[in-house]
Amino acid sequence: MKCQDCNERESTVQVTQIVDNEKIALQLCKDCAAKRGFHSPLDNSPFPLANFLSGLWPKEEPGKNIKPVTKSDLACPNCGLTLEEFKNLGRFGCGQCYKTFREQLQDLLRKIHGSSLHRGKLPPMLSEEATVIREQKRLQEELRRAIASEDFERAADLRDKIKSLKASVSAARDRERENV
Amino acid sequence: MFEEMAKKPAGWIIGDGEEASVVLSSRIRLARNIAGFRFPNSADRETRDKLLEFFDSALTKSEFLQHGAFYRTAGLDRATSSFLVERHLISPTMLDHLDGAGVYIAENELVSIMINEEDHLRIQAITSGLEMDRTMELAAQYDNEVGRLLEYDYDSDFGFLTACPTNVGTGLRASVLIHLPGLVLTREIDRVIQKVTKMGLIVRGFYGEGTDVLGNLFQISNQTTLGQSEADILEMIERVSRMIIADEANARGRLKEEAYDHISDKIWRAYGILKHARVLSSEEVMNLLSAVRLGLAMGIIDSPTIPTINDILLLSQPAHLMKYYGENMDADRRDIARAEMVREKLS
Repeated sequence: MKCQDCNERESTVQVTQIVDNEKIALQLCKDCAAKRGFHSPLDNSPFPLANFLSGLWPKEEPGKNIKPVTKSDLACPNCGLTLEEFKNLGRFGCGQCYKTFREQLQDLLRKIHGSSLHRGKLPPMLSEEATVIREQKRLQEELRRAIASEDFERAADLRDKIKSLKASVSAARDRERENV
Repeated sequence: MFEEMAKKPAGWIIGDGEEASVVLSSRIRLARNIAGFRFPNSADRETRDKLLEFFDSALTKSEFLQHGAFYRTAGLDRATSSFLVERHLISPTMLDHLDGAGVYIAENELVSIMINEEDHLRIQAITSGLEMDRTMELAAQYDNEVGRLLEYDYDSDFGFLTACPTNVGTGLRASVLIHLPGLVLTREIDRVIQKVTKMGLIVRGFYGEGTDVLGNLFQISNQTTLGQSEADILEMIERVSRMIIADEANARGRLKEEAYDHISDKIWRAYGILKHARVLSSEEVMNLLSAVRLGLAMGIIDSPTIPTINDILLLSQPAHLMKYYGENMDADRRDIARAEMVREKLS
């Protein structure tokens, strides 16, 4: 098999990354593997993040749930970072970038983390019950939309999230009752 | 600056947590950013300074946070900044942009917050032994208090927003530093590493110049930060750590049965060299300490103590040695001073 990067030399290195049971495999020649920063599995060199990310980035095919984006039409209104720059740097410039590139990010985050939805802690300023309930309503609305557009993967994610939010609200109520 | 710190061991080296004869430390890192500020890598010096001010003013509003000390790193000399890196209070990447950055240190160094590293805040907690929950509680206290005073950049889909998308969500990296000489000696380590990697965790060995893993120390950490709760991530690290500890215990049992005299000889020789050598490189110290640590855990020797071993491990690093003796030294001079320090600690 030819190397997936240069398409010239024979591939001798298989790089496999397993994230939440999803296997991402790359067939590379030795030179291209080194260029991406892959040496031995135990190498102490810094994580070759930017290169790793560009390997994960989906090929831009129209029709899929990733919209084809050209360099000029998407940049963060706050810091000016473009999608192209992000692909090279592997770092965002500000929090607004996540909102700007929200749609393009879903797939990338699923590949890195096996999910694109946060299920952990809420920030202290947000964790008031009222905010949580508002959040629940918003998620339910999104769930309705996800089902309508037959995006079942996202719908399942959203359902889990609503469930865990409900659990956190009732746990908080129990705690309050104990305190009274 | 920080000379006092070099004389006094960091809080985590005490060696008191669970499984402390195998697990050196448990570590939690939370990545947080403050809403309304660009991430440090795309912010100019003025913005980064403003964020430092913002953090500083939050400290003054909190009685709880007054227990710690806040240092700005701009203008720190090389010896001091390297010292902080060796102590894991700042990261090596921070050395390249000490201007407009800072570090907050509390709880006898069990808790530290890097300000304006890759993210605005990197809250860290470290304790001795396998103590994931306790370490998380410690980090969470500071996370909650800072988050009460400063608004975190947060998105209801993506969670805590970070400069790099590999940290987004919980922003949590949980890790253990674990000592696995038995698995290395019985050549089972590769199989164990493969098993752990397949479970979605990262294993890192610390290499010196050769191919041997330095000091038989390995770090196990989570790879993903989004989609799982903090508790799920910690549970996974803890479960896998216990599995590795059991594998290591089996390997040690077999060594004891099949090669007791050879292992015992190796351990006593290592202890002898440490006690009497006149020149010691830091790599040699790490490997000899590994043998002594194994000897203690297997009941082959009964001194030195785990805290002494941890103390020597920390002080053997170049910047620590120079702070300890209060002078600048080249590598050759350091090897002599290192041997002297080790003899002093073991006498």
